[in-house]
Amino acid sequence: MSTREITLTVNGRRTTLSVEPRKLLVDVLREDLGLVGTHIGCEHGVCGTCTVLRDGRSIRSCTTFAVQADGADIRTVEGLAQGPELHPLQEAFWEKQGLQCGYCTPGMLMRCVEILERDPDPTPQSVREQIASNLCRCTGYATITEAVCAAAEVMRSGARAGTEVAS
Amino acid sequence: MTTVDRPTPPVRTHKAERTWVGKSIRRVEDPRFLRGRGGYIADLVLPGMLHAAVLRSPHPHARIVSIDTSRAEAAPGVHAVVTGAQAAELTDPLPDFGPNPAAHTWRCLAVDKVRYVGEGVAVVVADDRYLAEDALELIDVEYEPLPPVVDPLAALADDAPLVHEPLGSNCAYDRTFEFGDVAGDFERADVVVTDQLRWHRSGGQPLETVGAVAEHDPATGGFRVHTNSLSFTSYLFMVATALKIPANRLDIVPMPAGGSFGSKLFVTKPLVIAAMCARLTGRPVRYLEDRVDNMANCDHHGSDRHYDVRMALTRDGKITAIDIDTVDDYGAYIQFGVGHHGNALAQVVGPYTIGSVRYRVRAVLTNKNQQGAYRGFGSEVNNWMLEQMVDKAARELGMDPVEIRRRNFIRSFPHFIPTGNVYDSGDYDAVLDKTLELGRYEHWREVQEQARAEGRYIGIGLITAQERSVFSATEFWFWFDEPGAPVTSMPESVTLKVDATGAITATLYSCAFWGNSPETMVAQLVAEEFDCDPHDVSVVYQSSKNGLPATGPGGSRTTVMLAGAVEGASAKIKEKARRAAAHLLEADPDDLEWRDGGFEVRGVPEKRKTLSEIAIMLHLFKHSFDEDVESGLEESKVFDHPYTTMPSADRKDLGVFYPFMGHACHLPVVEVDVETGVVTFLDYAAVHDCGTLVNPRSLAGHIQGGTAQGIGTALYEEFVYGPDGQLQTTSYLDYPIPTSLEVPELKIGHVETPSPWTPHGIKGGGEGGRMMAPAAINAAVNDALAPLGVRITELPLTPDRIRAALRAAGHGS
Ligand code: FES
Ligand code: FES
Repeated sequence: MSTREITLTVNGRRTTLSVEPRKLLVDVLREDLGLVGTHIGCEHGVCGTCTVLRDGRSIRSCTTFAVQADGADIRTVEGLAQGPELHPLQEAFWEKQGLQCGYCTPGMLMRCVEILERDPDPTPQSVREQIASNLCRCTGYATITEAVCAAAEVMRSGARAGTEVAS
Repeated sequence: MTTVDRPTPPVRTHKAERTWVGKSIRRVEDPRFLRGRGGYIADLVLPGMLHAAVLRSPHPHARIVSIDTSRAEAAPGVHAVVTGAQAAELTDPLPDFGPNPAAHTWRCLAVDKVRYVGEGVAVVVADDRYLAEDALELIDVEYEPLPPVVDPLAALADDAPLVHEPLGSNCAYDRTFEFGDVAGDFERADVVVTDQLRWHRSGGQPLETVGAVAEHDPATGGFRVHTNSLSFTSYLFMVATALKIPANRLDIVPMPAGGSFGSKLFVTKPLVIAAMCARLTGRPVRYLEDRVDNMANCDHHGSDRHYDVRMALTRDGKITAIDIDTVDDYGAYIQFGVGHHGNALAQVVGPYTIGSVRYRVRAVLTNKNQQGAYRGFGSEVNNWMLEQMVDKAARELGMDPVEIRRRNFIRSFPHFIPTGNVYDSGDYDAVLDKTLELGRYEHWREVQEQARAEGRYIGIGLITAQERSVFSATEFWFWFDEPGAPVTSMPESVTLKVDATGAITATLYSCAFWGNSPETMVAQLVAEEFDCDPHDVSVVYQSSKNGLPATGPGGSRTTVMLAGAVEGASAKIKEKARRAAAHLLEADPDDLEWRDGGFEVRGVPEKRKTLSEIAIMLHLFKHSFDEDVESGLEESKVFDHPYTTMPSADRKDLGVFYPFMGHACHLPVVEVDVETGVVTFLDYAAVHDCGTLVNPRSLAGHIQGGTAQGIGTALYEEFVYGPDGQLQTTSYLDYPIPTSLEVPELKIGHVETPSPWTPHGIKGGGEGGRMMAPAAINAAVNDALAPLGVRITELPLTPDRIRAALRAAGHGS
């Protein structure tokens, strides 16, 4: 099958690769780039497990062809922690136990990054409404909402103190 | 004559002051998952690995006339195509604990006929999954459709088409058990309440499907298979049999599971398919289900029951007997037999002093995917049935739901229920009191009344129910008079190693991580024993080949069993360390006591050796010690089931098989929109008692998460098979899993009544909220609709069902 050349900037790193037009973005991330943190849950666009950020907006990478993302800036869970330093959202998920099996977690984290980038001070109800895009079969969501609000607070105070907040 | 020997184990004295057990520490597992480095089966890539995809039957019931694979074999990137008939040469039938397995042979691919939509008929192995799926479309199968068997009651008719001809019937099992004087109790009853109830099938649906990566070694003929389903570890010889190899040539490597909820319990099919293909192609092969594979063919659909129930009571609301007749639709195979009803019989009378029980179970085979395990394993269905009956009785007697429950609570322990199982301990009044307060019962009753005056329908559900924990495998065989078997243990093992620096590593021997927190729990238990920080304990999983006896998670057993194993291994380590310390301190071992991470001479704190001081001596300087002391500081413990007894020969008493009995009370408050049939939550309180808590926040996670699943079961989720046998729900659009908007944030409370018979008094609690939520939500909806004369006895309570029930009662069109 013929391939096409595309350029992706993934977690700040620019790569050019040739892919089959039918290859899904999630498979390119996982197989071609080795970024296996983005998981596949339903493969039909409902569960949100495969969520990544494309130019700052969350998308389902299981229903996006890689060629559609040509030229885009992609962020995945691997881009969150800075070396040993976890992102405040990761810290908060840990602190509040916003995960059990961890399978939905990377997609959920990326969705929450987007939520907080749009609104640094969301109400719990607004978080609840916005994470309804992503299924979690383990936690029953309560601790995820809590974690997002806790992370928001940390990130706001961090921002006030002039600390660089990793995104 | 029923004779039963009921020895009880010695009562333990539990440590009064605990440092780590009982603390909500951050989970030690989490950092890798938070970074996307969970190491799931899909993340494993081996050099030269090929990918398998399975062709699935579009027919519920059809004879396979012919399969032509030539076009598929010629397709690009294809290495092999295997039909069911070829697979039957390459492999033997899959492990099956059901009755009479030879009469309903279960294989990794269908051979002569297909028995449900989604059953595999052929597998393609190709360079990648895309190419494998391309080739599936090139396989030509000619089917001769047969009439499907869909309705389990119709399946029992004499002239029904047969799912398995050799069985001669679609009824795989039919037996009535009697415990106590049922007939007498019904004769003496003032009131008999009867009902018919219907629980439809749903399933665990973890977000990660099941998969395996297999490597074959042509030199030994053996396999190394990585899989995210590894429990019943002691039964893996059965998988070796399916692969036609000696058991010592099979090594199964556990991978973390992205959720299970029971549905990854001993899943052998993907493993056998991957291994078969690896042997055939000489290359490592991955077979990983996609979502449609999993929904249609996971072999782990949940219970699917019809109930006819009678309950005998005195006029003042004392329940004396229950007579249960259930037909359970098992689908096309019956891999775990009717073990699901063993789970029900473990706690069939709930928290109540019911004196006699009749239980008839008919297991029916139909053209559907078979049942497996789903959080509760059939006991959650019993909870729902029983609580529905109790509520109906309360209504008929004009009693408050709280009152009727209090009137029937068991209050002295240990308590042997009529089936023979024991409840070790409990305080049901305390749990109820706490729930009523937390859930503001009185307040909501007032709100309810006001709302009714305004034409709004608010309902309060109140249920009190059991969560049995730590099964013994007798429940898989006490169904049959023959073969008799001795009492069965399901052990669990741990190895603890203290290295030369004093750091501790714990090795576990079954797939314990499937979303629970085995590493945290073991780390906390180890820390409790050795006074170290749980985050400094390292936990690893051993593959099966070098494994000690193990069973793995299931039936809320992991925490209790691993606690026993950690306790035993720790005692051995401390014994060796005590002797070594005594030698180094030139003291009598009996004069030493363990304190703060080391041994010291009682009353002389300056004469002490820390664990690391002892460990380095034992690792590097063995010759400082007596002749019989060996180098190193490593010990293992195989912990066997702490309390299980034989059933009586006549099966009028099933013995003790699920002794550590948790309890909970759930109190949801809902509003039902009678125009749309939509149910919304106004409040939800849940109090659980599963003995001593190891990590309260982890348990709260099981309560909240299990309740979310219970909400799915109660309101939304159902695998719907149409009258034509087609599975109509093969995506998450048709099979709606609750989102954050459907799940309320619970008010959670804990009561801790320690078990007298387990380490620290721990009971299992992993099945959490799903044990109770379906019963509680059904009760709440019925309470809301009571003024309209509507009571619904069928789950899930979809808007359609609620509207239909309202219409049937003459409300609206
Ligand atoms: S895997 Fe992409 S939405 Fe489910
Ligand atoms: S943590 Fe398991 S699906 Fe969310």
